[in-house]
Amino acid sequence: MRVGIIGIGMTAFRPSTPEYNWKELMFEAASRAYADAAINPREDVDSFITCAEDYYEGFGIFDEFVPDQLGAALRPTCTVSGDGLQGLANACMQIQTGLVDVAVVEAHSKASDVVTLDGVIEHALDPIWNKPLGAHPFVVAGLEADAYLRATRTTPKALAAVVAKNRRNGLRNPLAAYGAAVDADQAMRSEERFAPLRALDISNPADGCVVLVLASDRAAKKLHSNPVWIRGIGWASDSPSLETRDWTGATYARIAADMAYRLAKVRRPATDIDFAEVDDRFSYKELQHLEALGLAKKGEAGTRVVRGDYGADGRFPVNVSGGSLGCGNVFEATGLHRAAEVALQLRGDAGVRQLDGVRAGVAQSWRFIPSATGAVAVLGAGP
Amino acid sequence: MIGAGMTLFRRRLQETGKEMCFEATKMALDSAGLTRADVDMVVCGTAPDAFDGVAMKGEYLLDGSGGYRKPCTRVFTGGGTGVFSTIAGWWHVASGLADVVLVVNEEKMSSCQPHPQSVFANIWDPILDRPLKPNLVWIFAMEMNRYMTVYGVKKEDIARVAVKNKRNAVGHPCAQLADPNITVDDVLNSEVMAWPVQRLDISPPSDGASAVILASEDFIRKRRIKDRAWISGVGWCIDSTMWTDRDLVFPEYVARAAKHAYKMAKIDAPRRQIDFAEPYDPFDYKELHHLEGLLLADKGEAPVLTREGVTERDGKLPVCPSGGLLGVGNPIAATMGMKIGELFWQLTGQAGKRQIPHEVHTGVSQAWGDLMQYGSVVVMKG
Repeated sequence: MRVGIIGIGMTAFRPSTPEYNWKELMFEAASRAYADAAINPREDVDSFITCAEDYYEGFGIFDEFVPDQLGAALRPTCTVSGDGLQGLANACMQIQTGLVDVAVVEAHSKASDVVTLDGVIEHALDPIWNKPLGAHPFVVAGLEADAYLRATRTTPKALAAVVAKNRRNGLRNPLAAYGAAVDADQAMRSEERFAPLRALDISNPADGCVVLVLASDRAAKKLHSNPVWIRGIGWASDSPSLETRDWTGATYARIAADMAYRLAKVRRPATDIDFAEVDDRFSYKELQHLEALGLAKKGEAGTRVVRGDYGADGRFPVNVSGGSLGCGNVFEATGLHRAAEVALQLRGDAGVRQLDGVRAGVAQSWRFIPSATGAVAVLGAGP
Repeated sequence: MIGAGMTLFRRRLQETGKEMCFEATKMALDSAGLTRADVDMVVCGTAPDAFDGVAMKGEYLLDGSGGYRKPCTRVFTGGGTGVFSTIAGWWHVASGLADVVLVVNEEKMSSCQPHPQSVFANIWDPILDRPLKPNLVWIFAMEMNRYMTVYGVKKEDIARVAVKNKRNAVGHPCAQLADPNITVDDVLNSEVMAWPVQRLDISPPSDGASAVILASEDFIRKRRIKDRAWISGVGWCIDSTMWTDRDLVFPEYVARAAKHAYKMAKIDAPRRQIDFAEPYDPFDYKELHHLEGLLLADKGEAPVLTREGVTERDGKLPVCPSGGLLGVGNPIAATMGMKIGELFWQLTGQAGKRQIPHEVHTGVSQAWGDLMQYGSVVVMKG
C-alpha cells in the first residue's frame, strides 16, 4: 500500500509574527492544507500528529494546546517529539497498518516568542558531561564544521558558496524570511562566530508553520487527489553523547538514507534522484549531508558546490527553496518544510523556482544542536 | 508482546534517566531472551522534559534505551504516554517496517526542585488559566467533586479504591507505596489537600522506567516464542484544550479511544468480554471515572461495583491487580509497567503474587493525560 501527500499548507516564514499566537499560526497553515486537499478535518481525517518540543513551545505538555486549531478536538492526536520528517514517518506507519486512511502532520516554529532561545538549546546538552563546560551550544557546530572540513579537505570557499546559493535562492521563494543577494565574498568576510563558522554561515530563527495531509492510495483515489508519493522514508540516531559520536560523516543521515532508499528501491541515488532539499542550518551541514546521502562522494560536495553543480540551474539542484539559510530556521518544522518543497516541485507548483522535468526528490532533516538524529524521505511524482 | 521489565519506583532514585532506561531495557530484553542486536527500532515514551531537567529529553535517553544507530521515535501525550507509547510501538511493527520494537518509558521527577508539582505550573494556558495559579490537585478536585455531585458518590466508596490498590501493590516488587494495612478510615483521616481531595487519594511523584518488547507474528513464530500476549486493539483521543468548557463528569475522550480499541479487537460487549482492567489511577476517583469511560460500568455505577468487591483481584472484574499508580507509584510515562506490563504478565501467567486467581484471556489498559483531555487505550489477549 502506498502513502502519498495530498495536501500542503504553509504560512510565510518571518523573523517574527506579532499578530499571531502559535494557535493562529497553526490554524492558518492547517486551513491552507485542508483547502489544498479539499478535505474537512472534522470528517475526513483519522489521525493528527504534531512535531514539537515543550521547551521550544514554552509549555509543560505541548499537545494540550494543539487540537482546536487543527480540527482535532475529540480525534486521535499525538505529539512526536521529533522533527517534521520523523512525524511524517510515523504518519506513514500509521497509514500502513491499515488503521488510518488520512493523517495530518504539523510542525511550526514560534522562535520569536522564546526569550532565552540560546539557553533552551543549551538545555539539551548532557547536564553532567557537557553543560557545565559553559560553552555556547553552537560551539558543537563549530567543532563539527572544523572536523568535517579537515576530514574531507573541504575549503571555506565551499561554505561561502553554500551561503550565497541558498540566501540568493531565498529571493525567489515568497515564503522565505531571509532571502538576500549575498555573494561568496560577503560570506567569507562576515564576522567569525564559532570558528570556522561565520555569521552568514548560520541560519537565523524564523516563525512559520507547515501542515501536510497524507493519505493511503485508496483514500487518495476516493478523494480524487493526485498525490506525491512517499516512496521511502528512514530515520536514525547516532550517539547522543558528544564524546562517542561520528564527528565528520553525519552517520545518522547515512543510516536514515539507507533505509529510505531501500524502501524506495533507489539503488543509485546520484542518478535515480533529480534534486534534494537537505538541512543547511549551518552551511557545512549541506555538504556533509549530501555526502552522507550518497549524492556526492566523500570530500566532493565542496568542489561541486563551488563549481555550481548544486545551483538552481546546475546539474543537481540542492535547496532551491533557499534552505534554512534563505528561508529561516524553523526548528522542528524544518524537515517538513523540505518535504513540502520537494512535493511542490514534483507537482509542478513551485512557481518561479520550478525545476524542469523532476520526477524524484529527497528531503532530509536533522534535529539540530546537540542531536545526532535525522530523517530522510524519498518522494516521487505520480502515478 | 514478548517481554517486559521495570525498575523500582521510588520518590528518588540515584540512577540517571539514561541508567534507569538501561535497567528496564536490559530486564525486558533478558525476559524475552533477546539482545540489542535483535531490536529493529526503538520507541521512547517520556513526559515533561522539565522533570528530568534536560531539553529534547528523548535524544538524551536514547542510548540508555538501546537506540544507538537505530531508528528512534519519542512520543509524548502527557499522562497518556504510559499506554500511548505501546500504541506507537504497535504501529512500528504493524506497518510492516519492523519485526522487533523496543518501547522504553522513563521519568525522573526527583530532579525537579523543590517539588515536581512546580513543573505543572507550565501546563496551563498562559493568558486564561495561569494568572489564577491553578495546580493539578485543585483541578482534579473540581473533576472529583463534579463526579461525586452528579452521582451522589460518597468519599468512602472512592477511598476503597486507594485501599484496594495500595493493598494489591503488596505483591509488586517495584512498589513505592504498598500498604497491607491501609483502611478506608486512614484515607478519610488524611490531610485535606483541596476539597474533596485528601493526601491518601493521590499517587506520589516517582522516579522509574519500564520497557516492553513488541514483535511481529512472523518473528514470534520463527523463534517459537511461548510467552506472548497479542495487542488486539488500540485507540487514542484528545479533547479540546478548553477544559473549562467541558462537563468533567464523564471522560468522553476515554470512551472514544476505548470504542476504537474495542472495535479493532472485535469486542462489542466489553463488560462481558473484558476479563480484567488497568485503568489509569493517579487519584482514586479516577479509577471509577475511567471504568465508566472504558464502558466497563454504567455512569455512576463504578463506585457500586467497587463497594461490592467486583473489582478486587479475586472479583469478577479485577481492576488494577498491579496495585496501580496509587500503590506502585506514578513516574508518569513509566507507569507503562503497571498499565501495559501488568497485562502482559497476567496474560502469560507471570504475575507472581499478583496473579489473578481465575483464568483471564482479555485485558484492557488505559492512560490519561493533559488537561483532563487525553485517553489512550490498549486491549491485549493471551
